[in-house]
Amino acid sequence: MARDWETQEHDVIVVGAGGAGLRAAIEAAAQGVSVGLICKSLLGKAHTVMAEGGIAAALGNVWPEDNWRVHFRDTMRGGKMLNNWRMAQLHAQEAPDRVLELERWGALFDRTKDGRILQRDFGGHRYARLAHVGDRTGLEMIRTLQDHAIHQGIDVHMETTVLRLLKDGDRVCGAFAYRRDRGDFVVFRAKAVVLATGGIGKAWAITSNSWEYTGDGHSLALWAGADLIDMEFVQFHPTGMVWPPSVRGILVTEGVRGDGGTLKNNLGERFMFRYIPEYFRAETADTEAEADRWYTDKTNNRRTPDLLPRDEVARAINAEVKAGRGSPHGGVFLDICARRPADYIKKRLPSMYHQFKELADVDITKDPMEVGPTCHYVMGGVRVDADSGASTVPGLFAAGEVAGGLHGSNRLGGNSLSDLLVFGRRAGFHAALYAKDRGGQLRVEPREVESLAREALEPFSRAGGENPYAIQHELQETMQRLVGIIRTESELREAIGAIERLKERAGRVRVEGEGAYNPGWHTALDLRSLLTVAECSTLAALERRESRGGHTREDYPKADPEWGKVNVVLRRKDGGIALAREPLPDLPAEFQKLLGEPS
Amino acid sequence: MPAVTLRVFRGDAAAGGFRDYRVETEPGMVVLDVVHRLQATQVTDLAVRWNCKAGKCGSCSAEINGVPRLLCMTRMNLFADGETITLAPLRAFPLIRDLVTDVSYNYEKAKQIAPLRLKPPEADGSYRMMQEDIDRIQEFHKCIECFLCQDVCHVIRDHDTKPVFAGPRFFIKLASLEMHPLDTRDRIDAIRREAGLGLCNITKCCTEVCPEHIHITDNGIIPLKERMVDEFFDPVVWLVRKLRGTPKAPAS
Amino acid sequence: MIGASLGDRSGRGAGEARAPIAAPHLRQDPWWVLPLTVFVVFTAFIVYATWAAFQNAHYYVDPYLSPFYSPCVYARCLHPTLGPGRGLPELAVPLIGIVSPAILILWGPGIFRLTCYYYRKAYYRSFWLAPPACGVRDAASGYTGETRFPLILQAFHRYTWYLALIFLGFLAWDALLAFRFPDGFGIGVGTLVMWVNVLLLGLYTFSCHSCRHICGGHVDVFSRAPSRYGLWYLVSRLNERHPAFAWLSLFSVALTDLYIRLVSAGMIHDVRIL
Repeated sequence: MARDWETQEHDVIVVGAGGAGLRAAIEAAAQGVSVGLICKSLLGKAHTVMAEGGIAAALGNVWPEDNWRVHFRDTMRGGKMLNNWRMAQLHAQEAPDRVLELERWGALFDRTKDGRILQRDFGGHRYARLAHVGDRTGLEMIRTLQDHAIHQGIDVHMETTVLRLLKDGDRVCGAFAYRRDRGDFVVFRAKAVVLATGGIGKAWAITSNSWEYTGDGHSLALWAGADLIDMEFVQFHPTGMVWPPSVRGILVTEGVRGDGGTLKNNLGERFMFRYIPEYFRAETADTEAEADRWYTDKTNNRRTPDLLPRDEVARAINAEVKAGRGSPHGGVFLDICARRPADYIKKRLPSMYHQFKELADVDITKDPMEVGPTCHYVMGGVRVDADSGASTVPGLFAAGEVAGGLHGSNRLGGNSLSDLLVFGRRAGFHAALYAKDRGGQLRVEPREVESLAREALEPFSRAGGENPYAIQHELQETMQRLVGIIRTESELREAIGAIERLKERAGRVRVEGEGAYNPGWHTALDLRSLLTVAECSTLAALERRESRGGHTREDYPKADPEWGKVNVVLRRKDGGIALAREPLPDLPAEFQKLLGEPS
Repeated sequence: MPAVTLRVFRGDAAAGGFRDYRVETEPGMVVLDVVHRLQATQVTDLAVRWNCKAGKCGSCSAEINGVPRLLCMTRMNLFADGETITLAPLRAFPLIRDLVTDVSYNYEKAKQIAPLRLKPPEADGSYRMMQEDIDRIQEFHKCIECFLCQDVCHVIRDHDTKPVFAGPRFFIKLASLEMHPLDTRDRIDAIRREAGLGLCNITKCCTEVCPEHIHITDNGIIPLKERMVDEFFDPVVWLVRKLRGTPKAPAS
Repeated sequence: MIGASLGDRSGRGAGEARAPIAAPHLRQDPWWVLPLTVFVVFTAFIVYATWAAFQNAHYYVDPYLSPFYSPCVYARCLHPTLGPGRGLPELAVPLIGIVSPAILILWGPGIFRLTCYYYRKAYYRSFWLAPPACGVRDAASGYTGETRFPLILQAFHRYTWYLALIFLGFLAWDALLAFRFPDGFGIGVGTLVMWVNVLLLGLYTFSCHSCRHICGGHVDVFSRAPSRYGLWYLVSRLNERHPAFAWLSLFSVALTDLYIRLVSAGMIHDVRIL
């Protein structure tokens, strides 16, 4: 393994090739700059592919009453007002155009009777709003973007992992990475960098996230001096598979509930009626009869509590299981076969049917599913300018899950895919403008690269005997046990201690073999970012002494209006991480009025 | 469940062979779980490509007992007790290491396909498509690009026709564009000459291994062959064309 | 990355370094059973059909006509389809003698089946061994698929379908005549056998991939062609079972011939039901 490296030059590099990264790369290329797209996996395999339910966009195809203001309001209320209002506004306004654009690029959404894009119900959305393709919307989206992108002259670097952002003074000037196939190092020189690396879910044991979700972008940004916000807000999706153990955590789409599935405990009760929070009481059905009528008549009935926002449902399931009313394998039942015929289920939810049939021997057209919460999404991320996606570091942009702000303390289902499109495009556009505006030769310091390469190769030559997989596993168990759905100060402190110890052990990790496609080495390198985001999330969770959205403190069970005015900001300071509480951007009066209106 | 014997290919293109490992299993496991356990406990540098572990991304393609499959969707209870399970990399593609192959051929082929060229929109600026217009091609859009069909296709696997043959994955891609209600390109000539549709002898292994159960042959390849007949082998059309000298609209 | 040399048995192209695994396949299941079975059954059918076609006897027993001999176009046929005494003079070839009327017929349904998409799959696998089974290496090294003569002629399957329709029409007519016993209307086991055969042949013919294409598969915007869409949809449902119909109709046509042959030869008796 040589310590030399190849150099690639682009005006803009985009790190991550999921929905946000692809959309950013397409937009940047459209501005006429040279674009490099770096993906940790093969092209088209990013986590976007796992998104199932749909893309939230107020197209108004099914409910003409719907418009961006309602979508904005739903998003803000779902996030318990901690959202960056400007992002929520742009998101709600631009999502319909982004969806229609996908259609022009070849996406085939399910249709209404009059040939327009069909929309489905989802948690927290006032109207049926999710453009979808059965339950494989993410696949449709990523493939459409991928097939569009390959004709735009973008250089794609597959199976390439960025280890560190490079800076020239204050400005980002590129990235240091390695290629998986041979273990060679690459220096990407660029005038602007867009981070679109997704989330951090692999820090938890029960997760719907794939192996790449190790918080790389969050860590790269933090190490480069950018601010992170809202890292305490981690979404546990209420419905993941719970059995058999090897598939625990695999996502069961909210579309099951959107299309008529209900949650039941082992007594057969539809327990969600007991968990309707005051905040959503006015717009939620309080009897089973009304909830049942809502599926066919949304004008005169209120929505079923099965479709409360995800944080509410996840907490409810958690409480039912703790109270001993769970299913045999520690979840609850999700039943769609009681309401819908087999053909309907197979047509609307083919992957769910397939997934349960093949992995759990359950026929969901005949039997209920067993489901429980699974770590799904991080609301927090790089603090960005709402309009441009620019971070606090010049030349560094972020979009998608790695960026924070849009979703506040809790994300509504369907708002992620639209987030990727709206802000991916914006970040790509502004990164290209930035690259065009700021000329001049940026300097990459060879000695820095050399030292990064040496550091990356250390695990091969260490005398220590720590196994990278073991450390990763222990971190996941720790986060699952101590920084899960319900948190408390003592446990969070315990977690911080445990993470410290794991960090020390990670410094002694040793890997076998050579550099070529060596997953042990990859895991060892990922540990650095995984431990960083675990620490960020835990520190922020300890700081926020209230319960709100995706952050529930047993010791502070209520939402505190004072905490509702601030973000917890994390930034690098003297080799460590510093915390600060900083006020949210002011909400203009016109929007305040909008949010105050009853639904 | 007891321990199983995994016979795993280890090595690279220059040298390699099968090695046996004993791994403990638990109920409900898929082959990828067993491979992960092997990796975590015995062979930390065992190369395997995977992502979602839910059958949605199509990364963990390999050959299990000689049959191309997704490691994450193959349950261990498929195998008899005490059966040795052989894991090999995809054999139609260049090997990187252990179970990981270089599938870039597929990405090259994808690039050669001309993108959608839309009809003009309706008067109100929108596009309308009915569900029945797209049902047929939505099936092709289920493809997760695992490339198992490409691997099993004997035209690619045994005959090295890669420069002149797109393979089943891209036949359904082409079919989804050719049958798209809004596309205006005539793609048949490219499908015949550039994608090499005629090389396919419809022996259906692609359909057999497809983890998404897409009817690649019946709904994709054969309808394309029929459209090729319309264009090239219909004597009436041929005669009319000859007499009138009508040029065909090219695909790109 | 992309190899260019054709016909390398190992499947490795120039510059392509695949996994160094010597075994032509790693399958452990009895993969050879299916192609072998297909080989045996097809061969048996061909042998039987050839024998039956050359026998030039026992193909008619009032009111049943063997499907192998329909339409019977010779004037001297046991049951001339074109009417008593009408039809072609017999064709005689030196050394062989009189050519059985079946020979003038069997090529029609024969090429329909020979060029059928399902049968192609079946015999490419079991006779050509290209490939014998999935993941098992091809027997032949050179391969041009269906791009050269003669296999490029497979493209004419749809014209053989039109031809098959004509033959199906004759068989349906024969099956109607099978109600007309010397003593008037009746139904015998043979009548049922002939009707089942016509039904299965009909399902096979109308589930054909080419039929599916002709009926509506060529349309890009179904919503603007509702009747063709309806027809295509119907044929598509049948098409899902095309392989099953291919097998069943193959058996039914051979067994119908056998039944009539045995009755005609007096080896069994046809039972009158009505």
